[in-house]
Amino acid sequence: MTEQTMTEATLILDNGMRFKGKSFGYEKPVSGEVVFNTAMSGYPESLTDPSYAGQLMVLTYPLIGNYGVPPFTFQENGLAAFMESDRIHAEALIVSQYSDNYSHWNAVESLSDWLKREKIVGITDIDTRELTKILRESGVMKGRIVIEGVDEIVKDEDYAQINFVDKVSCKEVIRYNEGAGKKVVLVDCGVKHNIIRCLLKRGVEVIRVPWNYDYTSIAYDGLFISNGPGNPDNCDEAVQVLRKAMTSSDKPIFGICMGNQLLAKAAGASVYKLKYGHRSHNQPVMKVGTQRCFITSQNHGYAVDNNTLPQDWEPLFINMNDGSNEGIRHKSKPWFSAQFHPEAASGPLDTDFLFDEFVELL
Amino acid sequence: MDNKINKVLLLGSGALKIGEAGEFDYSGSQALKAMKEEGIETILINPNIATVQTSEGSADKIYFLPVTPFFVEKVIAKERPQGILLAFGGQTALNCGVELYKKGVFEKYDVQVLGTPVQAIMDTEDRELFVQKLDEINVKTIKSQAVENIEDARKAAAELGYPVIIRAAYALGGLGSGFCDNEEELNTLAEKAFSFSPQVLVEKSLKGWKEVEYEVVRDRYDNCITVCNMENFDPLGIHTGESIVVAPSQTLTNSEYHKLRELAIRIIRHVGIVGECNVQYALDPESEDYRVIEVNARLSRSSALASKATGYPLAFVAAKLGLGYGLFDLKNSVTKSTSAFFEPALDYIVCKIPRWDLGKFHGVARELGSSMKSVGEVMAIGRSFEEAIQKGLRMIGQGMHGFVENKELVIDDVDKALREPTDKRIFVISKAMKAGYTVDQIHELTKIDKWFLYKLESIIKTSLKLRDMSGQFTNEPESKEVRDILRLAKQQGFSDFQVARALGMENTMSIEQASMDIRSLRKKLGILPVVKQIDTLAAEYPAMTNYLYITYNGVASDIHYENDGKSIIVLGSGAYRIGSSVEFDWCGVQALNTIRKEGYRSVMINYNPETVSTDYDTCDRLYFDELTFERVLDIIDMETPHGVIVSTGGQIPNNLAVRLSDEGVHLLGTSAKSIDNAEDRDKFSAMLDRIGVDQPQWSALTSMDDINAFIDKVGFPVLVRPSYVLSGAAMNVCSNREELERFLRLAADVSKKHPVVVSQFIEHAKEVEMDAVAKNGEIVAYAISEHIEYAGVHSGDATIQFPPQKLYVETMRRIKRISRQIAKELEISGPFNIQFLARENEIKVIECNLRASRSFPFVSKVLKINFIELATKVMLGLDVQKPDRNLFDLDYVGIKASQFSFNRLQKADPVLGVDMASTGEVGCIGEDTSCAVLKSMLSVGYRIPEKNILLSTGNAKQKAEMLGAAKLLVSKGYKLFATGGTQKYFSDNGIESTLVYWPSEEGQPQALDMLHERKIDMVINIPKDLTVSELDNGYRIRRAAIDLNIPLITNARLATAFITAFCTMTPDDINIRSWQEY
Repeated sequence: MTEQTMTEATLILDNGMRFKGKSFGYEKPVSGEVVFNTAMSGYPESLTDPSYAGQLMVLTYPLIGNYGVPPFTFQENGLAAFMESDRIHAEALIVSQYSDNYSHWNAVESLSDWLKREKIVGITDIDTRELTKILRESGVMKGRIVIEGVDEIVKDEDYAQINFVDKVSCKEVIRYNEGAGKKVVLVDCGVKHNIIRCLLKRGVEVIRVPWNYDYTSIAYDGLFISNGPGNPDNCDEAVQVLRKAMTSSDKPIFGICMGNQLLAKAAGASVYKLKYGHRSHNQPVMKVGTQRCFITSQNHGYAVDNNTLPQDWEPLFINMNDGSNEGIRHKSKPWFSAQFHPEAASGPLDTDFLFDEFVELL
Repeated sequence: MDNKINKVLLLGSGALKIGEAGEFDYSGSQALKAMKEEGIETILINPNIATVQTSEGSADKIYFLPVTPFFVEKVIAKERPQGILLAFGGQTALNCGVELYKKGVFEKYDVQVLGTPVQAIMDTEDRELFVQKLDEINVKTIKSQAVENIEDARKAAAELGYPVIIRAAYALGGLGSGFCDNEEELNTLAEKAFSFSPQVLVEKSLKGWKEVEYEVVRDRYDNCITVCNMENFDPLGIHTGESIVVAPSQTLTNSEYHKLRELAIRIIRHVGIVGECNVQYALDPESEDYRVIEVNARLSRSSALASKATGYPLAFVAAKLGLGYGLFDLKNSVTKSTSAFFEPALDYIVCKIPRWDLGKFHGVARELGSSMKSVGEVMAIGRSFEEAIQKGLRMIGQGMHGFVENKELVIDDVDKALREPTDKRIFVISKAMKAGYTVDQIHELTKIDKWFLYKLESIIKTSLKLRDMSGQFTNEPESKEVRDILRLAKQQGFSDFQVARALGMENTMSIEQASMDIRSLRKKLGILPVVKQIDTLAAEYPAMTNYLYITYNGVASDIHYENDGKSIIVLGSGAYRIGSSVEFDWCGVQALNTIRKEGYRSVMINYNPETVSTDYDTCDRLYFDELTFERVLDIIDMETPHGVIVSTGGQIPNNLAVRLSDEGVHLLGTSAKSIDNAEDRDKFSAMLDRIGVDQPQWSALTSMDDINAFIDKVGFPVLVRPSYVLSGAAMNVCSNREELERFLRLAADVSKKHPVVVSQFIEHAKEVEMDAVAKNGEIVAYAISEHIEYAGVHSGDATIQFPPQKLYVETMRRIKRISRQIAKELEISGPFNIQFLARENEIKVIECNLRASRSFPFVSKVLKINFIELATKVMLGLDVQKPDRNLFDLDYVGIKASQFSFNRLQKADPVLGVDMASTGEVGCIGEDTSCAVLKSMLSVGYRIPEKNILLSTGNAKQKAEMLGAAKLLVSKGYKLFATGGTQKYFSDNGIESTLVYWPSEEGQPQALDMLHERKIDMVINIPKDLTVSELDNGYRIRRAAIDLNIPLITNARLATAFITAFCTMTPDDINIRSWQEY
């Protein structure tokens, strides 16, 4: 692709600000919540992360597409070999400088070709640092991308009202490693494949159920609540089932990201919106009561309010930058969760041990 | 924290040398700052007097002494510190620390090593221990075998299979290492490696793999972070100090990035580092296979680069961790609110490019390999690779304008030049691309990742497109097409100059005018750069940071300017190179400090990651950007300063003075017109004639006839040089007509605008320097110093004595008078330096610079009067008092000695001439000349010989000069070996010596054999003159001395001074006194 063939594309924020760029993906009008991520690598993983459903993803690292896209192949168990789900979930990708040419032994196509193939919008030539400064101050900002010569369809959905979890969750029960050993029910709110890989690697059977499925009748050894997109308030059904499970059984529970928020809500705590969301690979957390610190991958705008945790719960991890909650645990029962992503993909692998701890509890 | 630590000793790295340069001034300064913040008393040992760390207010006590176990132990015995920091002074400090530890010195004096334990250091330095250690945690290393003799080396290489790499254990930056394709090459290299270390490593070569580095930090609670990763543009096979490097990595997937990151953390934990280390990997370009190349258990060049690349102050944090802090206790010093336990997110790319000066050395091998040769580096910041690399290629300051639009390189065999990299390879790539080589072809030849090559290719495409559009630029300058291509070019880092050249505008006007026309067009079209902050968090959180760069890849600036006329911009000195080094960084930092103290906003522009002036703590605003006319004007446009200081950064800012002034920029201090009058030899000489000051006879080169007529008058030798030069670039002494004609052909290329001058070369004259500060043409403070060597040795290589010990009072008086006249005539306000020749009482002026000179820190520190502080106050228009002390009051002597790095520069002739060759310097203070000479010579790596000395003492006059020293040696029981003429001269004068033979002569013993058999402890080899034939004669002996690490002196007067020093006193006679105690 050369400069001449690139169509002009404009990002228009809800506050009226415009960022002019060029299209390098599929050309269609698109709108959604505009969010940023400061990670310096991992665009294939992020694009396929279901937590980004409905969002226009801004990358602050300016050079994107450098190593192309790995083959979108699947293993026998149905999990993607190099991706985090079976398709791109973000609505659009916004970058500063898309790399026309890529170079990597494992790449089979360019990022541009992939976006076009999956009908996802991509725009480049955007001052993503300036854009990020605006997004960070406004918290949530909707926006739309208008592409030159493409009719604009006005689609005015209220992002907060859409249940993205329902859109990305599996529709029926899927079993992995059947008969392998301990059974873990995985509540799929938009689970990243690497979470499943992390569990399977440790020799357990995973029973993946839809987000609002009542699993309390299944015989399981442990319960896992996954990450997922959007507002946790939209997932009340999942909270209700979880509460039921917690009253009927003391089996180990482990939650990640959205899972942390749902577990907190089920415990009776509340969730609030952060002034500055955490959207990066470099978030420092400290394990409460220790001097152990970890670098974590994060992508969330809501946090559990430590002050609303009931008596028998306590914070497990705290964010070292702003003191917000990064995980909770029950004081006596084997229930805990992390707001960050121990499964990484993309991001640092420091907290992978949480999967060990969970599996040991089973 | 360890409360018992209230006094700490820090070891510096000594003189700047290849492989160990300014980065350790930066890391040491940061460590001292960290100690100071804790209220800990600090003692510093560092003979490098030009550094910022050896300035007042940095350490509590400073010892200008060699960083060797002998002297460090003495200081420990005297000062009794509770703690010692070994990780901030490069390999010099580390090696010294390991030796002291092994000798039990720390135990004896109860000194605690802060930070990484010595055992961990030894585990990483000893290859076998290192491999074993990493095997324990299943981390792959390069298969290597440690051998202790040459037969075993051959055996190991045969087993591993060629090509192999040879490394000396415990050596600085790859010293004595290299690739061998066959046994013959192995024999040569192994011998050299064994001369540096008893242990040599033979490894399988992984040429062509990617080279990736991580900077890792660990606290004593086992918390770890990787601050930065970096990817080499050049694949494995070229020393990382010789490679173009980008940060963060560009071609690694998330999986590769984090796999290597996890390994780095596993390694730092297992080795037990407390503080910082660096892990270097080789990564297979065809899979995720990797090898760990090495781990440096100390702050390094890479960690300084990583600090600058990310804004994360690694040295400062490492020092705090050494005191026992946890990372969680410390704050991110950029945001000041978030934790220091985090990993910076970059939203820009940095590109480091090495600066070589190979052109300065006769006969040096230009091929790059596993041993380091570069003398400095630059770091360019951009929001695209094209922008960063083009900035960087301008920054290295070798006359290049970026990746394109340079003078055409003459390359006979492009394929070979691509395959066998030299210091010019990046430009060979440019040439090849223009010649139609594809990315695939270039990749095949260079193994450089195609991603980088595609990016470079896009610069070429833009250049070609500009060429095609020159008509449109003329006819429709405001069309969309012109706007788009111009914006694209600027986003890819094209300078206005490059655009103008690509458009062919030079054909109708001067390139300067054409560049200004492009600038105006750009402004009209609204194509303007923006300023972005380096905030460590990619804008995720708000940050108040003054660390800035400039880019065209953006729509808005992060900074809102005050426009209050309180900013003062100081132009920095750029890349360290031969002739311009840490001394100008010191000057810049002193200027910034003074500006701040006087209530102005201090603003620095500089791009050298090895400096203290580019530490964002040092000034109120730091532009880590180019010192080109275009970029400085851009910054002035935005900053609207009160004024600009061009006189503390050496020749780069000095050269901008006239053009900036022409654009209406307010220069502080001496006017641009005066600067030009001093720089332009024609004008300067006319002025000297006018005021009746003598100078060596000279003539501007206009025709060969004129030259011949001139030389008929003055006779050979003559000195030939173009104007506007620093450190004698393209300057040469010619002893006959043939040399003259050959040299003029080379020099005429250097600068079209300024005439080449030929001057009479006066032999056996003393060279004297005047460093001074004047206000409105009147001298406020001055320092006169004398060279130990006679004129003919470049002032940057000469050994300098201050105050002078052997100058006539009359000479001093005349020099003062002439200086006053010149200061008045040029209406100097600020720092300046004049160089004089003195023979008898006859004084001639050779050069005058209306800026701070290389020796400003030296004389300031010896005299204890900060000349730059004074000069800055003058430039700010403040009242200054004449200091109440002068050089006649001093009851001690300072000696500035030069550090050479010939051991790194394979094949270069280690001889001194009018072209500068030293890479660094030290300055030591002593009760008398001998004491100061001994300290300073030991500081630059000389050893006091044990027994046998080989001498060839040059022409008759030089031989006579050396006679006294030779007698002294014999009386002290030294055994002398001498070549023919010298041996005869000695025997005629009743000095016993053994005759040895030149390599060109038949007979036994052969001088070279004796060197190889390690029978010689010092070599004194003085060429009669600098003619080619004379130099050839002694070359093999000099080179062998360097390659075998035997001390070598090539100047009679310096040799005499050193011999006198070590024959009249021993190191034990040296008083251990800190700077403050003089």
